[in-house]
Amino acid sequence: MFSVLQYPFIHNAFLAGSLVAIVNGVLGYFLVVRGLTFAGHALSSIGFAGAAGAVLLGIPPAYGLLAFTIGASLVISTLSSETSRRDVAIGVTMTFALSLGILFLSLYHGYAEMAYSILFGTIVGISQNDVILSAMLGLGVLAVLSVLWRPLLFSSFDPEVAEVRGLPVRFLNVFYLVLVAVAVSIAMQVIGVLLVFALLIGPSATAIRITDHPMRAVALSVCLGLVYTWAGILLAAASNWPVSFFITAISFGVYLPVRLLAGQKRARFPIKQLGKKSVTILDKE
Amino acid sequence: MTMPEPIIYLDQVDVCLGNVFILQHISLSIKPGEFIVILGPNGAGKTTFLKLLLGLVKPCTGEVLVFGGPPQCGLQEIGYAPQRRMLDTETALCARDLVGFGLDGHRWGTGWPSRRRTEVIDQALEEVDALDLAEAPVGQLSGGEQQRLLLAQALLAEPRLLLLDEPLANLDPAHQQEAVALVDKIRRKRDTTVLLVSHDINPLLRFTDQVLYMAHGHSAIGTPEEVITSETLSQLYDTSVEVVQTKGRYFVVGAEV
Amino acid sequence: MTMIDLLRHDFVQNAFLAGTLVALLSGLVGYFVVLRGQAFACEALSHVGFAGATAAALLGVNSLLGMIVFTLLGVLGIGILGKRLRHWDVEVGMVLAFMLGLGVLFLSFYTQNATAAVNVLFGSILSVTHTDILVMAVASLLTVLALAFLFRPLLFASFDPVMAEARGVPIRWLSILFLVLLALSVSEAMKVVGVLLVFALLVIPAASAELLTHRPFLTIALATLISLISTLGGLILTFVGHWPASFFIVALTSLFYIAALGIHGLRAPRRHHELPHPDREVFRTD
Repeated sequence: MFSVLQYPFIHNAFLAGSLVAIVNGVLGYFLVVRGLTFAGHALSSIGFAGAAGAVLLGIPPAYGLLAFTIGASLVISTLSSETSRRDVAIGVTMTFALSLGILFLSLYHGYAEMAYSILFGTIVGISQNDVILSAMLGLGVLAVLSVLWRPLLFSSFDPEVAEVRGLPVRFLNVFYLVLVAVAVSIAMQVIGVLLVFALLIGPSATAIRITDHPMRAVALSVCLGLVYTWAGILLAAASNWPVSFFITAISFGVYLPVRLLAGQKRARFPIKQLGKKSVTILDKE
Repeated sequence: MTMPEPIIYLDQVDVCLGNVFILQHISLSIKPGEFIVILGPNGAGKTTFLKLLLGLVKPCTGEVLVFGGPPQCGLQEIGYAPQRRMLDTETALCARDLVGFGLDGHRWGTGWPSRRRTEVIDQALEEVDALDLAEAPVGQLSGGEQQRLLLAQALLAEPRLLLLDEPLANLDPAHQQEAVALVDKIRRKRDTTVLLVSHDINPLLRFTDQVLYMAHGHSAIGTPEEVITSETLSQLYDTSVEVVQTKGRYFVVGAEV
Repeated sequence: MTMIDLLRHDFVQNAFLAGTLVALLSGLVGYFVVLRGQAFACEALSHVGFAGATAAALLGVNSLLGMIVFTLLGVLGIGILGKRLRHWDVEVGMVLAFMLGLGVLFLSFYTQNATAAVNVLFGSILSVTHTDILVMAVASLLTVLALAFLFRPLLFASFDPVMAEARGVPIRWLSILFLVLLALSVSEAMKVVGVLLVFALLVIPAASAELLTHRPFLTIALATLISLISTLGGLILTFVGHWPASFFIVALTSLFYIAALGIHGLRAPRRHHELPHPDREVFRTD
């Protein structure tokens, strides 16, 4: 197995994959906290349509993907915040975009292979240019996130008061989704558009069950993401099974026990004593 | 003696949402350091009034001045604790972080953990008797405990104007007394103006300078003795309302307080 | 070649039959999906079905059967995790991603042929067999009968679970039962439009109808109508225009939704701000 590690494509896969894991580890924390899981899934699906359209037009898929996802994130963030209505609206946008995607691809010769590659990624196909582009975009996203850290946190947990304290809550909502759109584009190369979702929510959902402190949760999320990605790439290289399967399986496999156990832990949080002293009522003897 | 500049000034203000008049012809002037209790039934517009002062809601007509200028979001001198529903039980945040938002949540960047910061936050937690909850996940706390955390959060900003929307709603009587006493202590120490929305005037009587009573879009402002009378309330509610005063407490019969 | 000529072909007849069966179902089931806020769960179930379809292909079994088995297993899993599922969307998302990964794995065993994958993902209504029609007809009949029987308690439990439980309605069982019926419907819908677009058939028509009327029966009727027009219209268009059937079907449902949004927007009074009301959220305990 280790002989495969000497090939440059594996190095590229590791580099690009690590970047994706780090960016998604941080972004995913906010996705879970803000309850935007469905929106995240939708964005990656919409990215598919963008990539397909780009392929049809003969330009690199990443650009089409970026255009579509950023556009979609702008649309989604303007939707009402009432969950079920919003979910439907997100779903409509997503399914229509997907159907557009299949239309674009049907018009393109050899469409199935291209569809497959966009949807599920192919670690063999990552070039050095891809790595450099991903690195630049990824570092950009991380830099922006570090500046927006406190405001994003505040507006995620306490939007009413955050707005009163002068934070541009609506702008942050929109901008955050745009960042997710960019992250989805970066991840397409490595893991394919449909499965970037797994890296977005898996590590952070697990981390949140383990700790309540935002910084620690993000750090844990990033570590988990890196471990999943490296393990996934190694296993895929060794076994010839798809890398996306390994990453999603590991992610799910770690999440499940954590989720079930964490439920136990929470139930055992000590109940506060009702009063500092007890009052006996009926001792008038 | 010159009158101090009013901290809040309204002149013939109407607030409408859609086609409905929430508030009509409100005029009032509040001086710095006053303790104002806002009373009235659900849906009367009490929360809307606070949002008016925060710049979240615009008046249809009339003038609103806060600190001598138009209301706007982001004035650091205003502390605000909105009316709350319970936080989701799985909220992944501990009490200290939630309260800490009040201190620097609005600043950019990640911030640097410092002992001084933790001390200040712990001090605020101590003041609302919530220090032992510092590490607790907020979703697991009771309504009353969450309420106290949010009060601490609003106080941390050292505001000149404190807007509290039903801060006593979920508190047991002992904690209610503590909370009100705390608010009043801060008010006297820093000459903070307090506007507190409540359903019950009685726990607050000792500290109240003025009552702003809202019902059916109408309002009346004055001392408790002036406002909470059968005549005034009957006028506001447009129906017969009886106010009974006994043992230093007010009881309103025939309408919701 | 006119439409009449086309209809002489088996596969065309089957396509129209399958489309009609699913459309008739989706109004009724979709109504409850929207009501219960389970749109995302619906998405996830379709991805579970994807794993089922690919597993079936691997084993050489009918794909519809594979989808049904897997989705039913998925529902069982949800039923076991039961009431403790508070943050629906994260759990649902994790299952969705895992199932996709599984499906990709099975696909990679079964074939390196990407076309097969794309067919499962985007539907292959033109390859529906007689067996499929039979299975779908039986499943549809069962679902409709069951929903007719459960209609009132399910409605009650969906609008007001707390009250319903207090009145003795077994909301947990109803939830599970509904999810089973949803699993069947999702499997059928996947045959027509594929995994990724099930949402378009099951949710969008009902969501559009819900924007236009509040009465349950009227909503269901309207949803069914929208679904029928979209599916059959989509099929006709694909024979005429030669673009993928699923594209036309989804495009039509989306158009209906946008139209419904427009009508709804014109009707409801304009509000500049949301009225402050303390008891906005409906608690879902299922």
